[in-house]
Amino acid sequence: MDKFISLTAPACPIDLSNLNTDQILPARFLKWTRAMGIGKVLFHDLRFESEGKEKPDFPLNKPAWRDAKIIVGARNFGCGSSREGAVYALFDHGIRCVIAPSFGDIFSGNAVQNGLLPAIIADEEALEIMGELKRRPDLPVTVDLEQQTIVCGNRTYHFAVDPVRRMRLLNGWDDIALTDNYRDRIAAFKERDQRERPWAVPRVDLAGPKALDD
Amino acid sequence: MIEPQTIIDKLWNAHEILRRDDGESLLWVDRHYVHEGSFHAFAKLTERGGTVAEPGLTFGVADHYVPTRGSRHNIADPAIARMVRQVEDNTAKFGIKLFGIDDPRQGIVHVVGPEQGLTLPGLLIVCGDSHTSTHGALGAYAFGIGASEVAHVLMTQTIWQKKPKRMRITIDGVTAPGISAKDIILAIIAQIGADGATGCALEFAGSAIHALSIEGRLTLCNMSIEAGARCGMVAPDAAAFTYLKARPYAPKGAKFDQAVEAWSKLNTDDGAKFDLEISLDAKTIAPIVTWGTSPQDALPIDASVPDPAREANAERARYLRDALDYMGIAPGKKLTEIAVDRVFIGSCTNARIEDLRAAAAVLVGRISKVPGLVSAGSTVVKRQAEEEGLDGIFRDAGLEWGESGCSMCVGINGDIVAPGERCASTTNRNFRGRQGPGARTHLMSPAMVAAAAINGHLADVRLLLAGRKT
Repeated sequence: MDKFISLTAPACPIDLSNLNTDQILPARFLKWTRAMGIGKVLFHDLRFESEGKEKPDFPLNKPAWRDAKIIVGARNFGCGSSREGAVYALFDHGIRCVIAPSFGDIFSGNAVQNGLLPAIIADEEALEIMGELKRRPDLPVTVDLEQQTIVCGNRTYHFAVDPVRRMRLLNGWDDIALTDNYRDRIAAFKERDQRERPWAVPRVDLAGPKALDD
Repeated sequence: MIEPQTIIDKLWNAHEILRRDDGESLLWVDRHYVHEGSFHAFAKLTERGGTVAEPGLTFGVADHYVPTRGSRHNIADPAIARMVRQVEDNTAKFGIKLFGIDDPRQGIVHVVGPEQGLTLPGLLIVCGDSHTSTHGALGAYAFGIGASEVAHVLMTQTIWQKKPKRMRITIDGVTAPGISAKDIILAIIAQIGADGATGCALEFAGSAIHALSIEGRLTLCNMSIEAGARCGMVAPDAAAFTYLKARPYAPKGAKFDQAVEAWSKLNTDDGAKFDLEISLDAKTIAPIVTWGTSPQDALPIDASVPDPAREANAERARYLRDALDYMGIAPGKKLTEIAVDRVFIGSCTNARIEDLRAAAAVLVGRISKVPGLVSAGSTVVKRQAEEEGLDGIFRDAGLEWGESGCSMCVGINGDIVAPGERCASTTNRNFRGRQGPGARTHLMSPAMVAAAAINGHLADVRLLLAGRKT
């Protein structure tokens, strides 16, 4: 997984609360693989008219923010569907960090799995940063995960991130490799658990998919 | 003395393999449901040369992309056909049982799991779908995960989680006639907001909750995610045990009795502490519909939509204006004056047999003023509805009787609401474009959708139920 340590880049304000994953990646693109260029359809229906023409008012279409690597958003960013494609679309478009007052739980988990930082700040701070960016669109923003700070103009903000997620991002941990270290503990748990909760195993032949087709 | 525990603590503790010093826990997964959308995870697995750790605990369904109108097999869009084929290939390759397109048990994963007795109290259940919270209705700890986590569960049968905050919503009292689980959950979301339970595991408690049937509880827990909750659950009781007893995959005989003994302990102890507590009075809940673009934009049917001009908070006024603008509704308009173009009865929220019966009870002998689609939550539900003659009631009313799948809730099988069209829907999300680009969705209960169909506008079902047996 890609690490996230710090970043200085253009930041795009998108002042929409409850910006759900259906907006980030509309459902009809869910069958796309990343190789098909999923970043191109990020925020598709907010970014484009039905004929594919760009909507000039959408922030990501404005010249200063076309290459933004940071999005500053409003409450409950990424709520809704668990589609990890929403994170792929952001990441493949070049976004590495979303700053918002709160996130959908599944979205922020997916983000961290892909090296994208969900940074939490207060509502007023998000509004303040968005206001500053609207006044000075070219202003780069610096996000430092070690310090947990955001620098925007002459202001520095502290952001919250779950400490475990912070370590994951800083180190680019791979969960599957990590879990592999605990193989024996998992096997021991399973053995004990099957004795204690025999009912938890479905009435099916573990050897194959065909069982219970009676 | 042992400290009193919540049901959330009990379920968590039973699955905790280990807890790292940093507070993150590795949890054992009892059931893993996969569907067409899990293809990213299978690709990841293949890329790493991995294998499925516990195929016997993994179950597949074809639901998101399967056709729900016309032929099940002539899928015109090759990309959609590929999605259905992929889940068949992936499950076959790794020895995972699939309820595929031709299986009589096929249906929406969150309907099939409980229906087949795969979902049981005390289990930890994950699936790459946010509405996995549904399964908590039977006292399971069930939550949606993303593709990377799906790959992790496939390869290890475990998942890393940090323990969420514990929240309890208690609803005591008796609901008024005509009020369903959908009205209860929409009332909750309207009160606490779409992020009101973010970061929380949610227990629904109180006499009004336990008075709900299991199907009602499934509807309730299904939409926990729309309040931001990681998962929602109801402590399993006699109704849950009765519901499960004869289900195909549920334990049988002595094993079932042993299970019931264990399940009976899965409740919140007196005096156990929650991080957040909220209560509602059941009798204050009216039939509810949404008017905006988030499930929190919900109001009793006799209300009017908000008027941004009367909103003091500028941010909130802008939010209201944007939502009304997308929905094409004039500020302050009475909800019952909003005309609809079509109706949809389906989805993992409201397409079980009781939902279809509730809609049919309103529609019987009446005609829908608008077109609409009814898609049963599973093929088992579809057959049962046909045995009961419900399909005839829907057809006679002028609605289409389709096959089972996610269908017009998310529109990725091709069944969409046209741009600008307004749909009264039993689904779970009224997000912009959710039912198709430009589609306008109003969420409500099956009975309320039936009332909207008959009137051609949003309407109070209680007026149609007067003098009828439901």
